[in-house]
Amino acid sequence: MGRMTFWGSATMLKGAAFGLAMAAGVFVVQSGAEAAPKTALTVGMAVEPTGLDPTIAAPVAIGQVTWQNVFEGLTTIDKAGKVQPQLAESWQISPDGKTYTFKLRQGVKFHNGVAFDSAVAKFSLDRARGADSVNPQKRYFASIETIETPDAGTLVLKLKQPAGSLLYWLGWPASVVVEPKSAADNKTTPVGTGPFKFVSWAKGSKVDLAKNADYWNKSVSVKLDTAAFRFIADPQAQAAALKAGDVDAFPEFGAPELVKSFEGDKKLATVIGNTELKVVAGMNNTRKPFSDKKVRQALMMAVDRATVVDGAWSGYGTPIGSHYTPNDRGYKDLTGVYPFDAAKARALLAEAGFSNGFTFTMKAPQMAYAQRSSQILQAMFAEIGVTMNIETTEFPAKWVADVLKAADYDMTIVAHAEPMDIDIYARDPYYFNYKNSAFNDILAKVEATSDAAEQERLYGEAQTILANDVPSLFLFVMPKLGVWDAKVKGLWENEPIPSNVLTDVSWAE
Amino acid sequence: MTRALRRPVFLIGFVITLALFAVALLSLVWTPFAPAKMNIVHKLKAPFDFGFLGTDQFGRDVASMLMVGAWNSLSTSILAVALGASVGTSVGVIVAMRRGWLELVVMRGCDIIFAVPPILSAMMLGAFIGSGRFTAIIAIGTFMVPVFARLTLGAALQIWTRDYVMAAIGIGRSKTKITLVHVLPNISNQIIVQVTIQLGLAILTEAGLSFLGLGMPPPNPTWGRMLADAQTFLGQAPWLALLPGLAIAFAVLGLNMLGDGLRDLLDPRDN
Repeated sequence: MGRMTFWGSATMLKGAAFGLAMAAGVFVVQSGAEAAPKTALTVGMAVEPTGLDPTIAAPVAIGQVTWQNVFEGLTTIDKAGKVQPQLAESWQISPDGKTYTFKLRQGVKFHNGVAFDSAVAKFSLDRARGADSVNPQKRYFASIETIETPDAGTLVLKLKQPAGSLLYWLGWPASVVVEPKSAADNKTTPVGTGPFKFVSWAKGSKVDLAKNADYWNKSVSVKLDTAAFRFIADPQAQAAALKAGDVDAFPEFGAPELVKSFEGDKKLATVIGNTELKVVAGMNNTRKPFSDKKVRQALMMAVDRATVVDGAWSGYGTPIGSHYTPNDRGYKDLTGVYPFDAAKARALLAEAGFSNGFTFTMKAPQMAYAQRSSQILQAMFAEIGVTMNIETTEFPAKWVADVLKAADYDMTIVAHAEPMDIDIYARDPYYFNYKNSAFNDILAKVEATSDAAEQERLYGEAQTILANDVPSLFLFVMPKLGVWDAKVKGLWENEPIPSNVLTDVSWAE
Repeated sequence: MTRALRRPVFLIGFVITLALFAVALLSLVWTPFAPAKMNIVHKLKAPFDFGFLGTDQFGRDVASMLMVGAWNSLSTSILAVALGASVGTSVGVIVAMRRGWLELVVMRGCDIIFAVPPILSAMMLGAFIGSGRFTAIIAIGTFMVPVFARLTLGAALQIWTRDYVMAAIGIGRSKTKITLVHVLPNISNQIIVQVTIQLGLAILTEAGLSFLGLGMPPPNPTWGRMLADAQTFLGQAPWLALLPGLAIAFAVLGLNMLGDGLRDLLDPRDN
């Protein structure tokens, strides 16, 4: 065994020498090509998608490769998070809010040559809302009663009840338009209408895309000829790839503590933007003792959010008091509802009958933010006499099976990436097992109105209920730590929806 | 005693091992700070800047964590080796006593166990009973069983051919009695040497398991997890990786040197 270990280290040395030689080779090639403006871009991502069809599976990594690059929707969401027309040129909403008439764009072709028309749009929506649909946001299409196609350029949606967020939802990765013949194969060979065509996917390594010369939208000029997404899970390797130039951009760099190491490197730009990544410690609201609101409130008061941000994410992050981020419309700062106060927390816990504390298990995914946050929570709960055991639960497979689907857990911690997803607390079943009819009514009212100001007021009420009920411990919003070559222009600084839109990306000369 | 002092390998190994045990035992009664106490305001402080060996990313005292880590590492390893040595040695001497088809079956069984690395068996066990110290002990201990079984079988078979064993058989002593009175005492030196060397290996394996998150869960500090956590802080706080790395290296070095020294010291050919 001793000999085996030695052999292992010898192999590693050889590997390192080989790696150095490779890096040197790459450097020579790149400095040779520096003269001409580059038209190729390699984007790094930490998580490899499980497939390439965002309409059949939930992982955000799928949309981060394909959304707006390969696939497009009837509407889209721009960098500011606003709804914009895309394959639907314009629309009219009937006064009762129950009929949407879309005027579809003409002359749009899929990458396989098939023309886009109302029949294709109807097919996409029917596929997403059908009985056997596995669309991750299927409930967003539930309000649609019938879909009519009076002619090739018109699509009419008749709704059962008004759905104030429908246009926004139609812009999501899960709502993209797919073509009937190729739809079944989109998981491995995606075919869309976007500015980039799918070329190849080397599993475990990268996805290659190439410019779509026949792109319908002539108002944008796509500068990149090719784009590649490379998947590198380890933050150290991410940093090395960026420094070596193997990867041109890491829009979501994995380790905040390494971001400082890029300071002073003139070749790289560090861009800190907004995201929708809400880190929350969800609790099983039907399981004892979390079924007692006082216990949940006491645990919330045991948490010093600023310290969590500091310890888990090197101070990059904004504390939140509800399942809502400062960049969402109608945001209310509710971090003061149950602020950090260990003495009050202990008193409230005693009031709930747990003056001697209790013991429970945290199922924490392996990601650094989750592991670190849970260790900090563990220390904070210990201060009020509560013992938390940490059980690492592999994400996504085991976490999805045990926590998300089976709800077999006490507490967990995960970053919710979807924008404006406060409605997850109204879903039944959902892993929080949180049931509050007053909250559900408010969210139903949001959909019933199309008045933006009224919606924002209602979202404010919804946030306040959550901040008081504490179905989850609301911790912080992670920033988008973007690190990329200073010459790369046009990447989104903020992330109103998880994505890597490459349409406007170019290299400065 | 003077013979021992004249052997530097033995002496150095002995001193390092003694220091390791002393630190581990001291951590049970005293550490500079509470090892799990976070103080995020003082995170990532360099050695001597805050505390004796600095602080980690949560502001915990590295010196205290290393001390408790020594105890966690040693106690897990000792229990694992105790499990492996007792089961392995029993199997070895019983097989040496019985021989025949039993030898074939047990030794091939040992080959099978030996073929599965302890990290892999710990992962499989962890999937069934959850990872943690118990899993680590079982996994490492199981891996040690064939090591001791093979060693004792080989050594015991030699003893069984000795004249005094023949004489004992001649006067009608039972095989069990011969094993206890003649075989075990005469192979004990080799077992002791092996225990020392396997202890070093167990510490290394335990650190590997902890590094992969299969060891004792937080907040119990372990050297392996300290190393794993230090990875992304290598640029900012290199001591976070260097210190537990050195601790593991010294512990294994010390136990290996002690084992080698003991082997030389106890070798009958030298007497």
